[in-house]
Amino acid sequence: MFSGDDSNVRKFNTINRRVFILSLAKGIVFTGILARLFTLQISENKKYLTLSDKNRLREWRLPPVRGEFKDYFDKTIAGNIEVYQLHVIPEQVENFKYLMIRLKNILPLSNNEFAKIIKKKNQQKPWETLIISENLTWDQFSKVNFYLHELSGAKPVLSVARSYPFKENYTHVLGYVAQASENDLLNNENIKNKHVPGLRVGKTGLEKSFENDLIGTNGVQRYEVNAFGKRIKQVNFQKGNKGKEIKLTLDTEVQKLCNDLLANKAGSISVMDIYSGEIIAMHSSPSFDPNLFLYGISYKDWDDIRDNPDKPLINKTISGLYSPGSTIKPIVALSALENNVISPNFKVRCTGKMEMYGQTYHCWKKKGHGVVDLRGAIIQSCDTYFYEMSRRLGVDRLKVTASRFGLGNKVFDNLYKEEKGGLFPSTSWKKANLGQGWVLGETLITGIGQGYVQTTPLQLCLMTAQLANGGFKIYPTLVSNKNQESLEKIKYKMAQNLITEEKYDSSIIRTAEEFFNPGEKDYKKLFRNQENVKFVLEAMFASTNQWNGTSYKSRIEDPKYQFAGKTGTAQVKKITEEQRELDLETSQIPYDDRDHAWFVAFGPYKNPRYSISVFVEHGGSGSKAAAPLAKQVIKKVIDRHEEREKIRRRNLVNI
Amino acid sequence: MFQQSSYSEQLTFFQKLKSFDFVLIFSVLLLGLISNISMFSTDGGELLYHTKSHLIRFVVFFVMMLFLSFLNLRFWHSTAYLFYVIVLGFLVWASLYGITASGSQRWVNLYFINLQPSELMKVAIIVCFARYFHREQITNVSSFKNIILSLAILVMPIVLVVSQPDLGTSILIAASGLIVLWLAGLNIRYFVYSALVLLVSFPFVISFLKPYQKLRILSFFNPDRDPLGAGYQIIQSKIAVGSGGFAGKGFLQGTQSYLEFLPEKHTDFIFTLFSEEHGFIGSVFLLILYAILIYRIIKIGSISRSYFGRLFCFGFGSAIFIYVAVNMSMVLGLLPIVGSPLPIMSYGGSSMLATMIGLSIVMSTKIYHKQIIN
Repeated sequence: MFSGDDSNVRKFNTINRRVFILSLAKGIVFTGILARLFTLQISENKKYLTLSDKNRLREWRLPPVRGEFKDYFDKTIAGNIEVYQLHVIPEQVENFKYLMIRLKNILPLSNNEFAKIIKKKNQQKPWETLIISENLTWDQFSKVNFYLHELSGAKPVLSVARSYPFKENYTHVLGYVAQASENDLLNNENIKNKHVPGLRVGKTGLEKSFENDLIGTNGVQRYEVNAFGKRIKQVNFQKGNKGKEIKLTLDTEVQKLCNDLLANKAGSISVMDIYSGEIIAMHSSPSFDPNLFLYGISYKDWDDIRDNPDKPLINKTISGLYSPGSTIKPIVALSALENNVISPNFKVRCTGKMEMYGQTYHCWKKKGHGVVDLRGAIIQSCDTYFYEMSRRLGVDRLKVTASRFGLGNKVFDNLYKEEKGGLFPSTSWKKANLGQGWVLGETLITGIGQGYVQTTPLQLCLMTAQLANGGFKIYPTLVSNKNQESLEKIKYKMAQNLITEEKYDSSIIRTAEEFFNPGEKDYKKLFRNQENVKFVLEAMFASTNQWNGTSYKSRIEDPKYQFAGKTGTAQVKKITEEQRELDLETSQIPYDDRDHAWFVAFGPYKNPRYSISVFVEHGGSGSKAAAPLAKQVIKKVIDRHEEREKIRRRNLVNI
Repeated sequence: MFQQSSYSEQLTFFQKLKSFDFVLIFSVLLLGLISNISMFSTDGGELLYHTKSHLIRFVVFFVMMLFLSFLNLRFWHSTAYLFYVIVLGFLVWASLYGITASGSQRWVNLYFINLQPSELMKVAIIVCFARYFHREQITNVSSFKNIILSLAILVMPIVLVVSQPDLGTSILIAASGLIVLWLAGLNIRYFVYSALVLLVSFPFVISFLKPYQKLRILSFFNPDRDPLGAGYQIIQSKIAVGSGGFAGKGFLQGTQSYLEFLPEKHTDFIFTLFSEEHGFIGSVFLLILYAILIYRIIKIGSISRSYFGRLFCFGFGSAIFIYVAVNMSMVLGLLPIVGSPLPIMSYGGSSMLATMIGLSIVMSTKIYHKQIIN
């Protein structure tokens, strides 16, 4: 001990020295930790705060509420109804398998549906809502609520879904909605941004065209979630906006009548305001109930619709292409008059057939019409007269007039993806597309609306409207704009165009004008001499109201409803000589070989306002199958006129 | 000399009480309070299992520490080897019949407590070395025999702990053991040599590591490598601390913790939770509290006239420093994640027991600082 004193001092010195060095090191390390804390908590606080919020907050988007469609009288034609749904959030369920088996028995679910739900569950994240059923009946809903204490995790909820109260009436105009497909997401950025499981988007028709207006915005629920994604509490809720309401020009009353008239038939009826271009009714038959598509259509229903030979999925009014038949005779006559090919006094002897270019061309009347002038030819729809007249006119000059009145062109710009333009042939068209020269005989059959010429029913309605308003261009529309031009202004513009000469047929200038004034509607005149238009209109009147007219039987004598029209009977098949001899009744011919029945008209004759086109597929003759339908529709439309005008005036006042 | 030693043995109860280090007791109490508040927060603001059992442990072991403080330092001196051997025995027991939890066989069942002997070894190794070098001549410290013997004392428990496996604790035992060896005067060049050997053997060590340990080291260098896997803990811990900001999110408002983004928030990551809720201010306060604690322990060591007391206090103070520094550096992303609790703050009975035993020896050193042990 004593001898170790010196050594002991050294020992203590060593340890004291070393602990001092160590303390310095400790100080440095603690300073380092302090600096680190400063960096994280002071310098980079913002960054980590953001990361922390990103950790803890998760958004759930709610499906947006879709905008509604209204008819002209503010009736809802595509709305939203409350539906009972059953949701399950898998992560909140203790025993998912048990729950599903209980639900399967209670609802009940078919094996097929059950498998589908399980498959869907495996595809999505555990915190995402799994929709077990989108549309519970009241029965199922109350049953689920009754057993709810045993079904922990199942959530019966009240949701909003599309509904079409008028079922098949508006199917083709509006289209329908269904679950957004992958294609919908790819093609529309807006849908992609707003997509939530179960979102319905427009598949066809206006529902598709106006998707971006209708879709609305998502409501957002912001939840605080834990590390496992479980919702702890709602932090805030942001209400979504309902999509825009779109008001149409359609009249449900007329639309319903059209649907009734075309029941059990294939065909189309459209009605148009000849000044404003507003479409009052537009129906294609057969139709189907678009509500079927909302929750996934059943295989049986889908097969019924798809396999129906009358093609309910096609909107015949704008996508059905047919030979217009005699309904284009007013245009052929107008074209001949405008080009000074004939005068109204030009006469032709009709013997029932006509030999030309080594072929026989038949008039629909086997016995022939005798000697007819232009007026008589329109009244009785004499084919022989029109053969001769078109021969002199030539197809190219006819095409100019026909195109100007809308034949072979789309009626709407881009409103419907499915709309077809049709075709009005010309010599250059045939050369370019078929690689063959025009045969003169083809001019003849084009003159009676057969051959290559193909139009949609709505094109004929527009053609009739543009004739009926005195020969001025109009702008067909389905959407009722608040800032629409008044009827007086439209008529004023037309009257202005009547006296300004240079606006006629200057297609290049027109394009330039439209280029500078894209929104401006100019209601250009489509004729050279209005007398010619008036002549044709009078002939159409006589065709319905004179004893020998083709639609005389469907006339209305009351001047309030009196209308003028033109029938059409379009052959779908070349008729052989034997068949011609047999002269069968429509009902005796196989359905697919029967003629298409057409009728175009406008009324009231004294002060025309509306045009109509009726098309009955394989309906037989226009005068028997189509004109009687038109008569009823015209009556209805004119009956509804006053009420419609009230709305129009209110709209104008509201500006 | 004789007088002094007899004098100190005649200390009355009140004399002993008077020479208690109240700064030390106060800072321990404050740390205990903070740890219980934090534990309360990890339980989501309710008095649940963790909080209750942590509180009970703290109170029981703190009182125990006060009682043990009255023991003469000689007692610790004379039982030092026994203490070491008993703990080593427990380690062997643990490796044979221990309780396994989360893949590691660390605990022995003592019926009233599940003891983690590796935690006790942290203190035992220091006591053992303090005793070993107490009588050693400074010229003799670096002798071949001493080096071999002290290395054996150090390596035996480390091997046992590594094999549990518990890398974190074994590193901490090794670190505190080495610091004591250095303080005892072991020639500096042995440290340089062994550091070189360590560096060279590093690749071999790596190849012996378990895959999850390798992952931890890799993810330390690049936490974004696998943000939901091994790097998850580091990332979430940094987010928690960073988002705490200057003043913190507030008591019971630590979203990272109560939404369960934080891993092991009761134990190794308790500082993260505290830092998230109390911010830079709170963290600095806690750091200062630890600094005071360590300072007091070193201070007591420096007034001790016995080499045993002095070496123990210096060693134990440095060990506390290492635990704190390693734990904090780890949760702040400065070191790879290894299991290392924060003394007093972290949940865990054995760690608390070991700390309190160490503190009672420190306290005893304070009371008997004038006493010289032969």
